[in-house]
Amino acid sequence: MNHLASSIGMSSGRRPQTHIHDAELLHKVAATRDPRAFEELFQAYGPRVKAYLIRHGADAATAEELAQETLLSVWRKAGLYSGDRGSAVTWIFTIARNLRIDRLRREVPWQQYVEEDHEETDDSPLPDAQVASGQVSSRVLVALDGLPADQLAVVRLSYLDGLSHSEIAEQLSLPLGTVKSRMRLAFQKMRDAFEDL
Amino acid sequence: MTILHHLDDATLMSFAAGTLGEALSAVVAAHTELCPDCRRTLRRMEAIGGALLGRIEGSPLTAKSPVTATRGPAPIEGLPRPIAKLLGGPLADLAWKRIAPGVRSVKLPMSENAAGDLRLLKVDPGRTIPEHGHGGAELTLVLSGAYRDSMGRFGPGDVADLDEAVEHMPVIEAGEACICLIASEHQMRFKGLVSRLLQPLVGI
Repeated sequence: MNHLASSIGMSSGRRPQTHIHDAELLHKVAATRDPRAFEELFQAYGPRVKAYLIRHGADAATAEELAQETLLSVWRKAGLYSGDRGSAVTWIFTIARNLRIDRLRREVPWQQYVEEDHEETDDSPLPDAQVASGQVSSRVLVALDGLPADQLAVVRLSYLDGLSHSEIAEQLSLPLGTVKSRMRLAFQKMRDAFEDL
Repeated sequence: MTILHHLDDATLMSFAAGTLGEALSAVVAAHTELCPDCRRTLRRMEAIGGALLGRIEGSPLTAKSPVTATRGPAPIEGLPRPIAKLLGGPLADLAWKRIAPGVRSVKLPMSENAAGDLRLLKVDPGRTIPEHGHGGAELTLVLSGAYRDSMGRFGPGDVADLDEAVEHMPVIEAGEACICLIASEHQMRFKGLVSRLLQPLVGI
C-alpha cells in the first residue's frame, strides 16, 4: 500500500494539491501509459468507485467487478481525457456513473455521446488545463462544505445514493418542488467555484 | 442555431447525477449536444459528482488492479516475465540442486495435471554435456551464458527446438556459467541425461 492508499479510509480532507496530483497521474497514464501512475489512481479511486456502486445497490462482488471495469476504462481511454472537460476525478465519476446506469439500472447511458464529443476530446491532454481543473475541484469541495445542510443533503442523495428527485421528496417527506429548488439553490451557491470550468 | 430555451438546472443536475430516467435523459443528451451553454453547465454539475466521489469513504478492493494483473509480476533482471512469475526472485536466490559435477538444476513447479518436465539448468563454463538424444520434443532457452553444438552458438534469448531425431553434445563457453530453461515433453528423458552426465565419473 502506498501513501495514497493509506489515506483512502478518510472520508474527507484530501488536500487541494491531491487533485492536481491526480490530474498529473492521469496525464502520465495517457501520455506514457505509466503503470505506476495508474496504480496510484487505482489505489486512490478503485475503493471509492466500489463504495459508490455499493451505495447504489450493487452487492460487493458486482461493485468490485464494476469498479475494476471503471478503472480499466480509465487505463484504456486515458488518451481521450482532456483537462478542460473537468478534473480527473470528475472524469472517473462520469465513467462510473455511466457504467452504473448501464449495468445496475440496465438503461442506456445517454451521457456517453456527450463524452465522445470530438470537439472536446480530440485535443491531447494539456497539463496546464489539468492543473486548472484540479484547482476547480478543490474549490468545488470548499463550496460543497459551504452549502446549507438541507441543500447538501439532497445533493448527496442524488449523486451518491442515486435517488431521483421524486424519490428524494418521498424519503424526506418534502414536496417535489422543494427538492428541485434545493438542488437549484445548491448549484447557484456553488457557481463561483466553477468560474474556470 | 440560436437557442432561447434551456433545461432547468434541476433536470440537468439529475442527469449529471445519473438519476434521470432513460427517456428524459435522451432529450437532455440531445439538447446538450446542441447547446454549448447547457453543456458547460452539465460539466460543472458533473464536477460536483467528482468532488463527492473524491471524498467518500472507500470500500477496500479484494482483487489487484486490472493493469497490474495483466502486466504480470514485477520484472526480474535477466528473466523473462513468464518465468519470473514462477520463480518469484532472482536466479541467484534459487535453491540450486547439484545433479552432477558442474551441473545444477532447479525443477519448476507445474500444474498437477501437466505432463513433462520444466527446469532450469546451470552448467559451469567449459563443461561438455555428453552426446544425447531427446525422447520427444524438447525446448531449451538460454537465459545467460552460452553453449555451442553442431547447430551453432546459443546465447541469451536463443532457443533450441529439438525433437527425438536430434542428437547433440553441447559445450558451454568459457567464462560464464550457462543457465538454460529446459522443457521436455516427457518426464523420463531428463533422468537419462543425468545418468549420462554421471557416467564419466562412474567410469573412473
